[in-house]
Amino acid sequence: MQLATWIASGDLELGWALKFDQLSAVMVFVVTWVSAVVHVYSVGYMSHDPHKPRFMAYLSLFTFSMLMLVTADNLVQMFFGWEGVGLCSYLLIGFWYHKPSANDAAIKAFLVNRIGDFGFALGIFGTFLLFQTVSFAEIFAAVPGKADARLHFLNFDTHALTALCLLLFIGAMGKSAQLGLHTWLPDAMEGPTPVSALIHAATMVTAGVFMVCRLSPMFEYAPAALAVVTVVGAATALFAATVGLVQNDIKRVIAYSTCSQLGYMFFAAGVSAYGAAIFHLFTHAFFKALLFLGAGSVIHAMSDEQDMRRMGGIWNKVPYTYAVMWIGSLALAGIPFFAGYYSKDMILESAFGAHSGVGLFAYALGTFAAFLTAFYSWRLLLMTFHGQPRADHHTMEHVHESPWVMLIPLFVLAAGALFAGAIGYNWLVGEARGDFWGKSILVLPQHDSIEAAHHVPTWVKLLPLAMALSGIALAYVMYVLRPEWPAQLATRFRGLYLFLLNKWYFDELYWNVLAEPAMRLGRVLWKGGDGAIIDGLGPDGLAATTQALSRRTSLLQTGYVYHYAFAMLIGVVLLVSWYLLTRAG
Amino acid sequence: MVPLLPNPVLALPELILAGTGMLLLMVGAFRRTDATRLCVWLALLALVAALVVLAAVTPPRSVTFHGQFVADHFALFMKVLVLLGSGLTLVMSLDYIEREGMARFEYPALIVFATLGMLMMVSANDLISLYIGLELQSLSLYVVAAFKRDEVRSTEAGLKYFVLGALSSGMLLYGASLVYGFAGSTNFDILARVLGQIGAAGPSVGLIVGIVFVMAGLAFKVSAVPFHMWTPDVYEGAPTPVTAFFSLAPKIAAIALFTRAMAGPFAPMVGQWQQIVVFVSLASMILGALAAINQTNIKRLMAYSSIGHVGYALVGLAAGTQSGVRGVMIYMATYLPMNLGTFACILAMRRDGKMVESIADLAGLGRSQPKVAWAFAIFMFSMVGLPPLAGFFGKLFVFLPAIEAGLYGLAVVGMLASVVGAYYYIRIVKIMFMDEPARPFDQPDAQVAGVMALSAVVTLLFFAACWPIFAGAAAAAKALQIG
Repeated sequence: MQLATWIASGDLELGWALKFDQLSAVMVFVVTWVSAVVHVYSVGYMSHDPHKPRFMAYLSLFTFSMLMLVTADNLVQMFFGWEGVGLCSYLLIGFWYHKPSANDAAIKAFLVNRIGDFGFALGIFGTFLLFQTVSFAEIFAAVPGKADARLHFLNFDTHALTALCLLLFIGAMGKSAQLGLHTWLPDAMEGPTPVSALIHAATMVTAGVFMVCRLSPMFEYAPAALAVVTVVGAATALFAATVGLVQNDIKRVIAYSTCSQLGYMFFAAGVSAYGAAIFHLFTHAFFKALLFLGAGSVIHAMSDEQDMRRMGGIWNKVPYTYAVMWIGSLALAGIPFFAGYYSKDMILESAFGAHSGVGLFAYALGTFAAFLTAFYSWRLLLMTFHGQPRADHHTMEHVHESPWVMLIPLFVLAAGALFAGAIGYNWLVGEARGDFWGKSILVLPQHDSIEAAHHVPTWVKLLPLAMALSGIALAYVMYVLRPEWPAQLATRFRGLYLFLLNKWYFDELYWNVLAEPAMRLGRVLWKGGDGAIIDGLGPDGLAATTQALSRRTSLLQTGYVYHYAFAMLIGVVLLVSWYLLTRAG
Repeated sequence: MVPLLPNPVLALPELILAGTGMLLLMVGAFRRTDATRLCVWLALLALVAALVVLAAVTPPRSVTFHGQFVADHFALFMKVLVLLGSGLTLVMSLDYIEREGMARFEYPALIVFATLGMLMMVSANDLISLYIGLELQSLSLYVVAAFKRDEVRSTEAGLKYFVLGALSSGMLLYGASLVYGFAGSTNFDILARVLGQIGAAGPSVGLIVGIVFVMAGLAFKVSAVPFHMWTPDVYEGAPTPVTAFFSLAPKIAAIALFTRAMAGPFAPMVGQWQQIVVFVSLASMILGALAAINQTNIKRLMAYSSIGHVGYALVGLAAGTQSGVRGVMIYMATYLPMNLGTFACILAMRRDGKMVESIADLAGLGRSQPKVAWAFAIFMFSMVGLPPLAGFFGKLFVFLPAIEAGLYGLAVVGMLASVVGAYYYIRIVKIMFMDEPARPFDQPDAQVAGVMALSAVVTLLFFAACWPIFAGAAAAAKALQIG
């Protein structure tokens, strides 16, 4: 549905549009539901904050941008929504601007996303170069004809679609926090918890997955790019899960879990199981938003304490929160008949069913990550709610269940976490998927991994479940039966523990390799280039010269009449002689 | 065939002012009680009457009094500005002169005589009548400048103005005599004809020296660099309403006279005088911009500001074309409301019954008296030349002809100077709105507030009603000989 012309410049013509097909319908469903729930929740969560209007305005702006993104019918409008959600994310992470850590996190999120957006923008330029249009419908119609096109750039000669898809995927990596560009997501937890639930779990971070699925007709003709997507997704799933094992901040654990689940979605898309990716996106939105909001409820109850080492023993004081956290964790771990079971298993089976090297790689990593997921989920549950209370007396006295305005959203999401998988299964990945998706997703017949997933051996289907159960069991052993084990393990494998605790040293690597040299270069240019040369000669120098001249001209004004008269006469003499001289010459 | 008897109808506005001036002196001398208020109102009445009559009697172009006096559209345009300037400054000064102990009936009378002189200047068609008008105006102004005769600053201002004014008059006269000696006439029409017939050999040196001296005299009256040095001292020393008056009516009249002389009789020699006008204009713009930065006294600042404005107006004259002359006139038409308004604001700077003049006193005006501060801000931004305020159009219409005439250097320097000038204008806005408030001012007088509001509205909405003014200026420019 075309709304208005936006840009008409030469060959480039594009408009504001609302494109509704099954793919965007699923996204709109998720976005509006989670957004509505989070808005309601925020009324309670932010009730003590003096800047409520600003918060609500940002949230609404975010929802608008997200809807623009998912209903775009061309790449540029999608980019508009993409940047819009990025902006809102920046604003909301830095919502408590008086906290330096929140400001740092906001800037970090913005900068890392810039890298991804740069790739996305390049991808759009390249697409326009290749297809002379940015409209999805026209691009998709032209893709088969360009399947073997080459792209010449400098001295490189590459397969055009692969190059474009990789560029676009870099954009998706930035937004969806995939390995390499993931560093901003854990830090983004500095924002208010409802923000983490809405933006950094359910909607914005999944925009990358959505983009890959939306562009499935392009990716389908770029198998190399798909392989990269699979590998990166699988690696992220495992990496994030390992880091999640040892984090102590309750929100960070969930953040790494998000990162890991996004990895699942990506490798699903990478093996052409786009339906499975969107299905997992759909269920994940419910149970992950539930976990975040539940964590927010816990934080609220614990007087803004986020460190799990100072929690524990509160399960009977916050029964509803406790219950919904259980539901969320069961769904996340993929225990049968909870939402996550359907989608996660479908992804793993598709990966196996793809019968490719990268598919098996993804299956192996994903299955192991499922074990880790179950482990850290129960670690979180057990550390937060069970055991001896580790908070101080004062805090424990104030532990209280959240108000109804916060609980009802939790129940709504809990219902989603319970039933979304069973309800969506048939349409999104089951028998009816062909009719349901129609033309909104393109899967080449030889790539139909979802079909293959329905015919994998039984052990493939059962293995993830077994892994999840053993993860839960191990967590129970380590944190309830033998609480001294974790500390012993940490000392025995100190190197590994620190490696994980410091998130594989990604931040340090980026700081030393990229950020610090850039800062040093920036400092040189700022002090030397801008401060001394440009400011010195430009604004400051001019201003100083002007002031000096001004002082001198003021000195001319002596107040003596004879000086004035003298100046006048000199003036006349000068004018006359100048006149005569120029005339003579 | 020159008619034997002059046609007095053409000079009716001047005659009204002359009669009123003498009447005021009589009233003031013969009434026992204080007659100031009555005289001010009478003077205002005369100015309004002159304005009405002026509009009624002025023909497209007619010469009378044996070629001494010309009434044309150029004169009409400029005289309207002069009469408005005189009248409105007189209105503003009403309460001031009573409060400051200058309430003497001579004040309105002198203003009326000065205005009469200005009208004569604008209508002069002969070097002799030019000089008569100029001197009538100047003599009145010398006295008005020193009107607060028991205050040192005021008397010093009057004296300085007088001494230097006499010097400039001497130069003007000397130049006029040279011109007469080498061209054979003082009449503008004849001069234009004679100078137009000068062949390839070019004008004689004596004639050129004469013109330079005449220009020096005129440049003094418009306070252009390097004949400007009296301006800051006189502006600062004279009573504020007098300063307001100085910066308006006499300046407009002097610019009109300058324009009429250059674009009239000396139009054929545009190649000769152009470089001088360019130089004077450049020097005025630069000095006006630079010297104002250091000022702490608002009246002194306005003196430099007016020097700068004269520089801008002369840019149009320097172009030496009809559209340039039109630009000068539009510039003066925009200069009138914004300068009038600024001085209304300065007159409102009164704390505990005493006038204050320091720029720092304006601090926080935006909070204590937002209306005054906003009006002041409008005038300052207009002076900067920010569209769509009046000042923008003035600058636009002088710089365009200059560029058309190929005077790129002048236009560029003018633009740069106006950037520098923007600093001190906007600094005032900054002080008013962002600095910590000083103690608030007293409520402004009703007349001052009225003039301020009127000027602000005109400055703000100039763009909405500017086309008749542009058309009038274009018609007026056609009345001059210049091509």
